[in-house]
Amino acid sequence: MSISVRNLNYIYNPGMPGETVALSDVSFDVADHTVLGIIGHTGSGKSTLLQHLNGLIKPTSGDVYVDGECITDGKTKMTEIRRKVGLVFQYPEYQLFEETVKKDVAFGPKNLGLNEEEQEARVRKAIGLVGLDYEEIKDLSPFELSGGMKRRVAIAGVIAMDPKILILDEPTAGLDPSAHRDILAMVRRIHEEMGIILIFVSHNMADIAELSDRVMVMSGGKVVLEGTPAEVFSQGDWLSEMGLGVPPAKEIVDLIKKREPEFISEALSTDEAARDIRHYLGESDG
Amino acid sequence: MIRDITLGQYYPGDSWVHRLDARTKIIATLLYLIELFVVNNFYGFLITAAVLFIVIAVSKVPLKFIFRGLTAVFLIIAFTFVLNLFMVDGRVLWHWKFLTITYEGLMRAFFMAVRLVLIIIGSSIMTLTTKPVELTDGLEKLLSPFSKIGLPSHEIALMMTIALRFIPTLMEETDKIIKAQQARGADFESGSLFQRAKNLIPILVPLFVSSFRIAQDLALAMEARCYHGGPGRTRMNEIRFDRSDAIAAVLMVLFLAVIIASRFI
Repeated sequence: MSISVRNLNYIYNPGMPGETVALSDVSFDVADHTVLGIIGHTGSGKSTLLQHLNGLIKPTSGDVYVDGECITDGKTKMTEIRRKVGLVFQYPEYQLFEETVKKDVAFGPKNLGLNEEEQEARVRKAIGLVGLDYEEIKDLSPFELSGGMKRRVAIAGVIAMDPKILILDEPTAGLDPSAHRDILAMVRRIHEEMGIILIFVSHNMADIAELSDRVMVMSGGKVVLEGTPAEVFSQGDWLSEMGLGVPPAKEIVDLIKKREPEFISEALSTDEAARDIRHYLGESDG
Repeated sequence: MIRDITLGQYYPGDSWVHRLDARTKIIATLLYLIELFVVNNFYGFLITAAVLFIVIAVSKVPLKFIFRGLTAVFLIIAFTFVLNLFMVDGRVLWHWKFLTITYEGLMRAFFMAVRLVLIIIGSSIMTLTTKPVELTDGLEKLLSPFSKIGLPSHEIALMMTIALRFIPTLMEETDKIIKAQQARGADFESGSLFQRAKNLIPILVPLFVSSFRIAQDLALAMEARCYHGGPGRTRMNEIRFDRSDAIAAVLMVLFLAVIIASRFI
């Protein structure tokens, strides 16, 4: 499984007063099992790009290949694409609509034409993957749940489609710190257990550094930088110029490096930074 | 797809027409609509159409934008035209089996179609050149004399403002929900009529929930800023008539006189 995007262009409202170039000449590849983190400002084209990846938006020009198959030539069946590529929108809890959690999560599998037993198996597995108890929750109304739980149920609704590529648009937006941690751990677990490609957008640099194998920076509808987290976050000054910044741990490590030339650390996460600092202090203290 | 609806859309600009007081434009539009029904011959229509095109030219709104509003009602216009064409008695021009076209029918059908087109363009010129908020402010001011006899003019205007303000928000929300359900494999384009109606449930339920949430947030935000309607309320942009409105008024009266005179040609 892989995704390739070639010279993608998209223009909103062409020929009208509100004409905006949302994407301009975007090209990139995602290999199997990769976690790709996307960062960029509001309006940099991230959400538009994500919607191209499962055919919700047709590009003005350019192509998207999913698993080597072109999905922008108009021949591919969209249901096939949506079975392969699962897209979780921002604030997905606002799309819940059924009377019970079970029925809501089963909406996707039902649309795929699965029979009752297969649907139930999918729902059970998906709810387990988002870290909820199937038996406990299946007959509750999704509207009774807490914010964090609603979001898990909504994500389960997409996972139940059993996608090979999962795309999450700001999965942690608007959550309190503990729900934030839970969702993050859940995303990591889903990636490991399902062995899929994961693409996610976040404004939290620490989350990006912690989860991603590759990081892509978008600005003004263009991909301006792409690489491993270490490569991307080594451009700290440039990133802050764009108003994006680096993970807090990296910021601290860089400050220490300026004062203590002997301190060596490539840490991006808090844990790595703590380890390196302890190591450095231990050595210099003898 | 849902973005294409242009109901009451505003075309940003800074022309003489844009700067006129909303009240002037509302009255002018009403007067224009009445005049369209006063007109009874070819010359009258020529004058009303010419005036409209002058206004469009002054407003600097592209013609393409104005005619786009017409495509939506094209069917109604065509239907009226055909109906009038075959239904009026008079001098026979053409006859085939049960279908008859008369000279009078042709004239009436033509006038009716032109009238409809001018009505639609005339009223869309108002909404295209006036911000929705100004429009409702103007309406509130125009209705305020009636508040003495118990008409809640401020509340009516506020409701209209809120409704207009939230059309784009709700459209965006609908667009988002449709896409989210499509991402879960929902199909809104095929199936029987009943099936299609049933397919709307996954859109309508979240949309209702969202509307209630938005309404509640809005009410709270208004209360938090001590909103209480009606009397004694001041506003940031006080609307007032100025010289150009006076000029517009004179032009309107002249135009009305010409139209009435045209009946006697």
